[in-house]
Amino acid sequence: MTADRPAIRLTGLTKSFGGTANAVDGIDLDIAEGEFFSMLGPSGSGKTTVLRLIAGFEQPTAGTVSLLGEDVTDRAPFDRDVNTVFQDYALFPHMSVLDNVAYGLRVRGVPRRQRHAQARQALETVRLGGFGDRKPGQLSGGQRQRVALARATVVRPKVLLLDEPLGALDLKLREQMQVELKELQRELGITFIFVTHDQEEALTLSDRIAVFNEGRIEQLGTPAEIYDRPLSPFVAAFVGTSNIFPDALSRAVLGRVGMHALRPEKVTVGRADAALSTQRTAPGTLAEVIYVGSTSRLIVDLDAGMRIIALEQNDAHRVTEDERGSRVSVGWQDGDIVALEKATAVTTDPATVPATVPATVPAPKHTTDTAR
Amino acid sequence: MRLSRPARGVLSIVTGLILLVIYLPLMVVLVNSFSTSTSLVWPPPGLTLEWWGRAFQSEGALDAVLTSVQIALIATLVSLVLGTLISLALQRFAFFGREAVSLLVILPIALPGIITGIALNNAFRTILGVQLSIATVIVAHATFCIVTVFNNVIARLRRLGTSYEEASADLGAGLWTTFRLVTFPQLRSALLAGGLLAFALSFDEIIVTTFTAGAGVKTLPIWILDNLFRPSQAPIVNVIAVVLVLMSIIPIYIAQRIAGAEKVSR
Repeated sequence: MTADRPAIRLTGLTKSFGGTANAVDGIDLDIAEGEFFSMLGPSGSGKTTVLRLIAGFEQPTAGTVSLLGEDVTDRAPFDRDVNTVFQDYALFPHMSVLDNVAYGLRVRGVPRRQRHAQARQALETVRLGGFGDRKPGQLSGGQRQRVALARATVVRPKVLLLDEPLGALDLKLREQMQVELKELQRELGITFIFVTHDQEEALTLSDRIAVFNEGRIEQLGTPAEIYDRPLSPFVAAFVGTSNIFPDALSRAVLGRVGMHALRPEKVTVGRADAALSTQRTAPGTLAEVIYVGSTSRLIVDLDAGMRIIALEQNDAHRVTEDERGSRVSVGWQDGDIVALEKATAVTTDPATVPATVPATVPAPKHTTDTAR
Repeated sequence: MRLSRPARGVLSIVTGLILLVIYLPLMVVLVNSFSTSTSLVWPPPGLTLEWWGRAFQSEGALDAVLTSVQIALIATLVSLVLGTLISLALQRFAFFGREAVSLLVILPIALPGIITGIALNNAFRTILGVQLSIATVIVAHATFCIVTVFNNVIARLRRLGTSYEEASADLGAGLWTTFRLVTFPQLRSALLAGGLLAFALSFDEIIVTTFTAGAGVKTLPIWILDNLFRPSQAPIVNVIAVVLVLMSIIPIYIAQRIAGAEKVSR
């Protein structure tokens, strides 16, 4: 558990599939033992490739992978003490659930009786005690997911790799599995490396998050750091939603130099004639009100020439929905403005499109990550 | 999908006609096997069971069946092993010349039998200096039987993808263990389907066989051809033909059952 012996250490990890850009482009990363670590990014950002490099399914073009201080770069997948929960689960269809879970023990030469007992116990921990005799095809998506978890954890790997394991589940089940994953990780004390494109999932589960973009780590930090202090417009827009002020608008609206971001929930909207209690205000016109259940999304065209989104709780005061097109006043606190220091790599370049587009478009929801 | 009445009528008639063209001649063979005439005249002047009795005592016929079964079995076995290995190589590994090898493996099934036959005959006798025998027939048959196994197995491997094999390796299994416990069980039905086809191909092959069989080797198709126009033997040939038709229903039925079961389980 020492700092110089992390569970996983990646140094200069690079993978090229022969295209012009590297799929993974010089990643340096330490993941501590027992950590719940997420790799977050859009499809094609290289996160899945990094996972496959750690598992050993791909060989890096350059760089090394170390497991607990030991260089495993040249070792085959079956020679590495890491296990994977695959996106499509990859349960062996011709084996019973019990045999699937016992597989890792079987190839290690554990006697039949003992490995079945251990597998049964593992199924017990994922609450599938009575399902051992079924075939994977007879299980629901959530149950298969649990079997895959049991199969990968029964051999007590040092590190568990999870490749979008909740991607195929519906929302309710996904939320339930998130809780179970977190509990399982605490119980087993194994390092989890979790790949996802779902920012909410990453924020909920992780001790630390690496946000991937174009084969590089755009930002590394705790969920709160990532969400509250995004360093680049990419992170600000991909993790949650942000109002992004390019340099010119920052000067005009915020009176600051450089690119800045402001979270919609930090923006308040009031009638043009009412005084807001915030430090800063700007006049605008209410363009749209979108009701989303517990909150409403207010879209305001500022007079300074920018469209801004505000998120308001639907409980207390509200500019009512019939006031579309009316004059409003938008307010915020100075402390909520985040300076985006790294003006790198925005997928949609704010210079070429109407300045506010990256701010108003919520992070894209991809259903699958096909990046290999 | 719904069809109009006339369309349905026309299609039924066409279907009926085609089936008739295929199966009527087979029925003639069946009836002829009971005919009292020895020269395949139609309609049969009378019916008898004599030929059936004689067929099962005809040493030439029984020997030929045994020879054919023996050749087909061994050729199929060889094809299963080699076909699986080459499929794995071409589908799971990248190497120089992969496309070329793939083409060369499939080619024999498209080659005219007479070319394969002459070429192998030449190679065996003049280049290798091998006596033509039952073994040379088996080798010759295996060259094209491999193709049916190869096609079935490679299609299955492609559809399976690599994720099961990766999962197995991830859980600590080496290459051989992964093949034994994960890949092979998933290939079984493809191997059975490819094997049945290979067996059938070998069993009724006549051209290549003619060129590669040793002096004493008489497969069933060759025996039939030899005896068809001998007046006393023609009815026995009919009996053998009927038996073979009945026998070939079995593997086709099994193959269809497998295909059906696969669809259900996926």
